[in-house]
Amino acid sequence: MPSNKSVSDAPIVQFTNCRILRDHQLQREDLWVREGKILNPEKLFFDEKGSADVQLDCNDSIIAPGFIDVQINGGFGVDFSLATDDFKSGIDLVSQKILSHGVTSFCPTLVTSPPSVYHQVLPQISVRNGGAHGAGILGAHLEGPFISKEKKGAHPEHCLRTFEAGAFQDLLATYGSLNGVQIVTLAPEMRRSSEVIRELTKRGICVSLGHSVANLSQAEEAVQHGATFITHLFNAMLPFHHRDPGIVGLLTSDKIPAGRRVFYGMISDGIHTNPAALRIAHRAHPKGLVLVTDAIAGMGLAPGRHTLGQQVVEIDGLNTYIAGTKTLSGSVATMDTCVRHFQEATGCSVETALEAASLHPAQLLGIEHKKGTLNYDSDADFLMLNDSLYVQATYIAGEEVWRQDVLGM
Amino acid sequence: MKLIILENYSQASEWAAKYIRNRIVQFGPGPGRFFTLGLPTGLPRDHPESYHSFMWNNFFKHIDISPENVHILDGNAPDLQAECDAFEEKIKAAGGIELFVGGIGPDGHIAFNEPGSSLVSRTRVKTLAMDTILANARFFDGDLSKVPTMALTVGVGTVMDAREVMILITGAHKAFALYKAIEDGVNHMWTVSAFQQHPNTVFVCDEDATLELKVKTVKYFKGLMLVHNKLVEPLYSMKEKGAERSQSKKPYSD
Repeated sequence: MPSNKSVSDAPIVQFTNCRILRDHQLQREDLWVREGKILNPEKLFFDEKGSADVQLDCNDSIIAPGFIDVQINGGFGVDFSLATDDFKSGIDLVSQKILSHGVTSFCPTLVTSPPSVYHQVLPQISVRNGGAHGAGILGAHLEGPFISKEKKGAHPEHCLRTFEAGAFQDLLATYGSLNGVQIVTLAPEMRRSSEVIRELTKRGICVSLGHSVANLSQAEEAVQHGATFITHLFNAMLPFHHRDPGIVGLLTSDKIPAGRRVFYGMISDGIHTNPAALRIAHRAHPKGLVLVTDAIAGMGLAPGRHTLGQQVVEIDGLNTYIAGTKTLSGSVATMDTCVRHFQEATGCSVETALEAASLHPAQLLGIEHKKGTLNYDSDADFLMLNDSLYVQATYIAGEEVWRQDVLGM
Repeated sequence: MKLIILENYSQASEWAAKYIRNRIVQFGPGPGRFFTLGLPTGLPRDHPESYHSFMWNNFFKHIDISPENVHILDGNAPDLQAECDAFEEKIKAAGGIELFVGGIGPDGHIAFNEPGSSLVSRTRVKTLAMDTILANARFFDGDLSKVPTMALTVGVGTVMDAREVMILITGAHKAFALYKAIEDGVNHMWTVSAFQQHPNTVFVCDEDATLELKVKTVKYFKGLMLVHNKLVEPLYSMKEKGAERSQSKKPYSD
């Protein structure tokens, strides 16, 4: 059939025999892709009188938007908080390897580090699109050093700082530059945090509350100034108390400004939170749950010792502790494992589990018009999964960038 | 006419679908040999997305039709009458309508040929009757002020030119219209009655739609179901070639 498509001559691919996640439901629909974006087949049919160039049978797979990991400290031996000579190739390695976990976009995360590390490392993290080379980089997540001493968790105490003296200028001096920074985690009870939060929010940077001993009113005030995220809920914050719920209380707070939603990260590896706690959070505020891995350099490697910035970490099975202690420090979970565990622990629908790793992080970062969904004109970053939510293939901009080897390797 | 009476809406739909499928397969369409399927305009064209979306979601996206072979009357055309005339020409160019499939309004209209439409009318602009506007309100969130009052429609004469006509009628609210269409005289107030003068009509309905018919009529046609069912069994497939397909002549015609 001659191509009389009026808009573009680029090849059109039609993925058939699949169930796609759209409008919060798995629907039996075909997925149409052109020039790296999801295409509206009705407009193609009536307005352009065009049709598909290639039809691919998906064997009844589930097609979901690619996962977005907004908290990942490294993996496969690479530590994003270590200023090594081959930092760039390290980040490339991780971005390539996580394709097999279904991650198509991520925020490389830096834990509390001395300013020199930020000055050396941040310029080497550039926002870039994903592709066959690896998952897309949305921007860095800076977790610390403006966090609470009492809730430092695995972060090194000698690197913690405050911004009492110069507020935003102090922060800028510590990091060196905020170019390419997407998220900053800080403790809102610190003096002058409101100014800092406002400045960061003005620059389009997502402010997250974590590693903090803030009470609920301090947390609510931070949200009013612009904070929108909670870093790994329950971990490194005061426990829920019925007379002062602390940061956890944000999930059901009535002081959230109208039209805004507070999102919260959860590491659903079965270790960081008891499944019952995961269920409580999910039931209290299902639309705000964002699955994160908080993976560290040891992820994807054999058990043993690895680094996490300035600290040494010991991996034993799925547990990762500061060497010689019982302090949790990151995880070795992969994003697809987290999605499966979340679905099992909460008994939620497949759609909900998938959205917690795709739609919600996209909404958090304000990019849902192009990522995190399979809506028309969105970036064609998607996954083919089987019914048990194991990733079979990963696509970025409509191109297959990873496929499960039939031999299961 | 053939009056096919099935138990309920799903069975009636399925029978009709199988019949259409067999007709298409037996016709043996191919490049340059079009099976022209006529359908009435479902919604007035004022909401271009609505009708196109309806046809896309319920029909086109499930089949491999090429977009060039889809012709929908354009209610936004600058010269509506020219659009209608051109539509008639396109029908002729495709070799005429092989099978027209339509429903019936509670006021007995076919397509938008409201009561009083000429029985020899052609494709044209029609002002809609209040009954039709009320029926269409459900597509416009129940807001009567939003429902278009005019529509482009194929004429009764246009449909009469089709080689075969199939009318689907289900539900008790259509029972009186069915009675007027087949047991009363040919009357321009009940435009579907025009098909009493068409050589090849099939009415497919459910039990509820027969509520206003004479028991004698219903019994007669139910008795013929054994023969009529041969039109849908065996169910043919495009993949069967040659001999098997051409052997299957229609078992009888009334």
